[in-house]
Amino acid sequence: MSDKYIARSSAIAARMLGGEMMIMSAVDSTFFTLNEVATAIWQSADGRTPLSEIVGGVIEQFEVEPGVALRDAERFVEELSPHGILLVSDRPIDDPCTGSRETA
Amino acid sequence: MKAGDLYNTEPERVPQDHEIAVEIGGFSILLRTQDRIFRDMLVSRYAGFVGSASQPRFEFDVDLTAPSELPESESEDDVRVELRDGMWRLRRGDFRAHWDPRAGRGRIRQSANPYSIDSVLRIVHTLILAKEGGFLLHAASAVRNDRAFLFSGISGAGKTTIARLAARDVIVLTDEISYIRRTQYGYRACGTPFAGELARVGENCSAQLSTLFFLVKGPQNKIEPVDAPEAARLLLRNILFFAEDAELVKMLFRSACEFVESVMVRRLTFVPDQRVWDLIQ
Repeated sequence: MSDKYIARSSAIAARMLGGEMMIMSAVDSTFFTLNEVATAIWQSADGRTPLSEIVGGVIEQFEVEPGVALRDAERFVEELSPHGILLVSDRPIDDPCTGSRETA
Repeated sequence: MKAGDLYNTEPERVPQDHEIAVEIGGFSILLRTQDRIFRDMLVSRYAGFVGSASQPRFEFDVDLTAPSELPESESEDDVRVELRDGMWRLRRGDFRAHWDPRAGRGRIRQSANPYSIDSVLRIVHTLILAKEGGFLLHAASAVRNDRAFLFSGISGAGKTTIARLAARDVIVLTDEISYIRRTQYGYRACGTPFAGELARVGENCSAQLSTLFFLVKGPQNKIEPVDAPEAARLLLRNILFFAEDAELVKMLFRSACEFVESVMVRRLTFVPDQRVWDLIQ
């Protein structure tokens, strides 16, 4: 796998509510609720940690199959990035936007 | 010039301003037009919400044009609200408006109908409220025993029905668009002239908000809890908001989350008859 880097966009609002991470795109007002695994990926999306390393952490933390974890992570990135919620790059994102201040 | 010409000259008509201040949720917006008949129409349309014109919070000059003078490029359903150079620009097929929120002044260009100005007022109030942690909500609202209740849902969920079934001791604030203000003590629901199928303006009063109900029609009356994430999802789906502005979208998201964390939110399944009001005390 060629490594990807993901970073939380500043063009979002996010908040932990009732144990669920809720994210809204300020670009197109789309709204997502993240499950536990997706929340872990989201919180690790600092623009510097390769996606493979983030997935490694998820495998360890949630005891999921590596193949399943990777597939789910890639799908997660594909779903969120078109809405401007996640920034994706083949290289580390030097000036990662670390998300809104409301992120819990 | 012959003697007497001075007195035979037709007097020049000086355009005269006609004003009305529409006060909703405690915010007074002055509308100024040169058409007395249009002003009278607004007085009738906003009866119960006409305030003092002496100290308005915001002012709009209304230029009336023939419908054909407005560009036909956009649909009446397709509203655009953008902030450019500190000025809000509002446009839809049937109106153009701009509003400088810092100066508190704006201008509306529309034909002589009450619907366009109604839409402009709704949009302006969404912008005012967004900055203060409040919002307009697709919801009926009513006051009973000095406490306000919101009944939200999509079209057909029962907003007008629940308002129509209200008991005698219930004051209906609106059957369509509820006005929520954040205060230091929580939230207040305020009456609005924005009516739905009931075609009746609400009462111009307000009360501390008690409960937000999401309406579902069903075989029996019951009230069930709604968890915070679901409440936020439903609330965001029903908030009126038009502006294409990232910062305001963020504010609105934060407002919705804070609202569901501090206000009781319930699902109200109801049979459309008056007994449903036995549950709402």
